[in-house]
Amino acid sequence: MFSQFKYWEPYISPFDPCPPIRVKSYSTPPNLYINFQPPGMPQFKTPKQALLHGTLWPDLYSPYPNPAKRGDQLE
Amino acid sequence: MWYYEKKLQYPVKVRDCNPRLAKYLIEQYGGADGELAAALRYLNQRYTIPDKVVGLLNDIGTEEFAHLEMIATMVYKLTKDATPEQLKEAGLGAHYANHDRALFYQNAAGDPFTATYIQAKGDPIADLYEDIAAEEKARATYQWIINMSDDPELNDSLKFLREREVIHSLRFREAVEILKDERDRKKIF
Amino acid sequence: MNKQMPPEYYKQLEDIQAVDFVLVELTLYLDTHPNDWDAIEQFNHYAKKSKALKSEFEKQFGPLMQYGRSYSNYPWDWNDTPWPWQV
Repeated sequence: MFSQFKYWEPYISPFDPCPPIRVKSYSTPPNLYINFQPPGMPQFKTPKQALLHGTLWPDLYSPYPNPAKRGDQLE
Repeated sequence: MWYYEKKLQYPVKVRDCNPRLAKYLIEQYGGADGELAAALRYLNQRYTIPDKVVGLLNDIGTEEFAHLEMIATMVYKLTKDATPEQLKEAGLGAHYANHDRALFYQNAAGDPFTATYIQAKGDPIADLYEDIAAEEKARATYQWIINMSDDPELNDSLKFLREREVIHSLRFREAVEILKDERDRKKIF
Repeated sequence: MNKQMPPEYYKQLEDIQAVDFVLVELTLYLDTHPNDWDAIEQFNHYAKKSKALKSEFEKQFGPLMQYGRSYSNYPWDWNDTPWPWQV
């Protein structure tokens, strides 16, 4: 299983004017890891659930903002 | 031809009268990676792309018009009853002077919509990669707007639209795979 | 007099939005997976369900489509508020 967010630590100069954001992140949604959707993927149980998630398939759901921020990440 | 259906694709609720958010959201109305540009890009590409992927471009292009209507609904609700004073404070004074509360196809910086947003190279791979990039850029734009918005109800609709970009991107990647496929090629060895 | 839509309007509308959303998802999926028998069966199942929900909705709240895709009451009720961006 892949992670939906990736983290990196930018170089910090003592002369940076704003307080540094030590850890930055970016989104890597599930579509990046699938070239072609396989048939028969599990679906949300009800049409209402699918609507609320914006997709019929839980494995293609990409949450935003990041529901599990890394502990050392300030924002 | 098209038929209009008197409903939104997804419910749009707005909690706060916050015209500043309308100023940001207009990026997805008349911006380079906005819903209008997307709809026109895909529907225009239909005419010259290989038949196997025309249906997909047709249907995603059609869905984009439903998204355009959702964005318009958000902007409409955020500005409908705002006073000129509120619009001025939200940085929409220049907009009000020119357009009152009318929507205008422009980006968040006020640049009017232009056909140069709609790429059409005629090479199916180049065009589909353009489409994939457009979906990822639209996804990112929704992220930045969600980051600036503290209206949970509005964000709910924006998250739906962001997820749709993810699905569309996947479908365009599948379209590339279909065009790469060699099943139709005559075996010569 | 200010016209207000009853809670029933919003509930039925959301039921339609949910079923129609499944149909949008399956349409795009089938555009790239034209031989998926199960997905086509599911598509036809929800297409039927969507028609039933809309026919019920239209009896109470007027036409969802025009150019003849929906029937009209007397007088012509397509123009009636609310439009989707107003609700």
